Amino acid sequence: MVVDDTSPSSTEEDDLNIYRAFPNGTLLGEEKAPGLHISLSQFAFGKRTLFSDFELDLPAGKTTCILGPSGVGKTTILKTIAGFIPLAEGSAINATDGKPVQDRLAYMDQRDLLLPWASVIENIVIGDKLKGEKAAYEKAESFLQDLDLQEYRYDRPDKLSGGMRQRIALARTLMGEHPIVLVDEPFSALDAITRYRLQQRFVSMMKNRTVLMITHDPLEALRVAHRIYIMRDRPVNLSDPISPHNQPPRQATEAQYQAAIDRILYELGLTEEDW
Amino acid sequence: MRLIRIMTTFIGLIALWAVIAKINDLPKFILPSPQDVLISFSERYDILFQHSLTTALEIGLGLFFGIIGGIISALLISMYQPVRQWVMPLLIASQALPVFAIAPLLVLWFDYGITSKVVMATLIIYFPVTVGFSDGLNRTPTAWRDMAAVIQAGSTSRISNQIRQYRYIRIPFALPSLASGIRVATAVAPIGAVVGEWVGSSSGLGYLMLHANGRMQTDLMFAALLILTLMAVSLYYLMDFCLRKAINWQTDQNLM
Repeated sequence: MVVDDTSPSSTEEDDLNIYRAFPNGTLLGEEKAPGLHISLSQFAFGKRTLFSDFELDLPAGKTTCILGPSGVGKTTILKTIAGFIPLAEGSAINATDGKPVQDRLAYMDQRDLLLPWASVIENIVIGDKLKGEKAAYEKAESFLQDLDLQEYRYDRPDKLSGGMRQRIALARTLMGEHPIVLVDEPFSALDAITRYRLQQRFVSMMKNRTVLMITHDPLEALRVAHRIYIMRDRPVNLSDPISPHNQPPRQATEAQYQAAIDRILYELGLTEEDW
Repeated sequence: MRLIRIMTTFIGLIALWAVIAKINDLPKFILPSPQDVLISFSERYDILFQHSLTTALEIGLGLFFGIIGGIISALLISMYQPVRQWVMPLLIASQALPVFAIAPLLVLWFDYGITSKVVMATLIIYFPVTVGFSDGLNRTPTAWRDMAAVIQAGSTSRISNQIRQYRYIRIPFALPSLASGIRVATAVAPIGAVVGEWVGSSSGLGYLMLHANGRMQTDLMFAALLILTLMAVSLYYLMDFCLRKAINWQTDQNLM
């Protein structure tokens, strides 16, 4: 049931469409996003080993999804890669271009983490301010325009719906033009329709970046990812990669993805008795 | 509606007071009736006003220095771990001593004038402000600190990173806690000033009350007491109003 990654990389027409849909967010300057090789020796909560000898390769400029049940350790691994948890001895995170990783990395939490006292536009430029750089208000404005949120630019986040807030968080994450983006279930708190629309936007905004996203939703993974891994057991194991045909965003409910969905559910531990 | 409620309570209490004074037929120097107090108000308003001004000034200056001092201490305590370890026990010890106990010393050191009362009010105000603000600064959700850490990963200057983190995330986050500290401080601020005046002074409502008490001018004492109450209550509500206007956002409870 292995699905091969034989589909051609995106066509020029694809690029053009995405550029039209999102003229500002996808430009990454001169630098090309590197791939990432992650090798984590071990991590334990007390006596319970969460992972040992965990290896993961992220292909350059592609979105990789790790799918797994709650509590399996997805977030811990993402936080380790982000640098929130110190690396154990023998662990390494290397970029394929050999340059340092830490300062080229953006992290998006499952909560939007908008600052409640700051206006929408100030929230988007918070990265510049924290780095002590001149705040790029023009760029923030163009993000807001692309996200149809211009009219809210001076409002506080508590005036906005969950979907709007998550869009702003997405804009804030991408303001820094980081080639590597780590994303922790960004849409899990949203309703189905909003999530669906945002996933599409997410794909166009993340184009050409090296993205690692974790989720527990198989349809979400199929919709946005170039490559999908299933994570389970303890210490965790990764499945063989699943690389569906066609470029994301995919209409994951289409019949052609049924095999992939079945496989994901099987890898997650669903048996026929559960039907 | 709120105003009506306050007025009802106020008028009800005065009526109760009038009834008690009437029924028991107590001498004026034990419990003056509201009318007696009113007369005392109208006859001695110049003195009352003058002494109120002194007390108000003491409370105001005490609040100013106490809040400024509290904010600076809280920032230092939260930014530098050693300061916290050295200063926290001192801070707590300073609060364990009742201000009544050190009041004579302060009068001895700072004279009978306004300074000793301002120092006393400052001491009382300083503690809740420091504790409230430093608590808020240290409770900044980890998720925001992590977010800042990722954003600042490329920049090498630790100290300016920290300062910016305080400026844009921690201090705004801690402002509601600071506001709670200031509210508590505002409520207790008059204690410092009045205790100081009791111990030794030549003006202020505390001085006037002590003086009137000694001369059995209980009606004047009641008048001073009423002014002090009114002053404390309106100061509290004024402060509360300003703080509410200034800090009007809701922090997401999920983050805590």
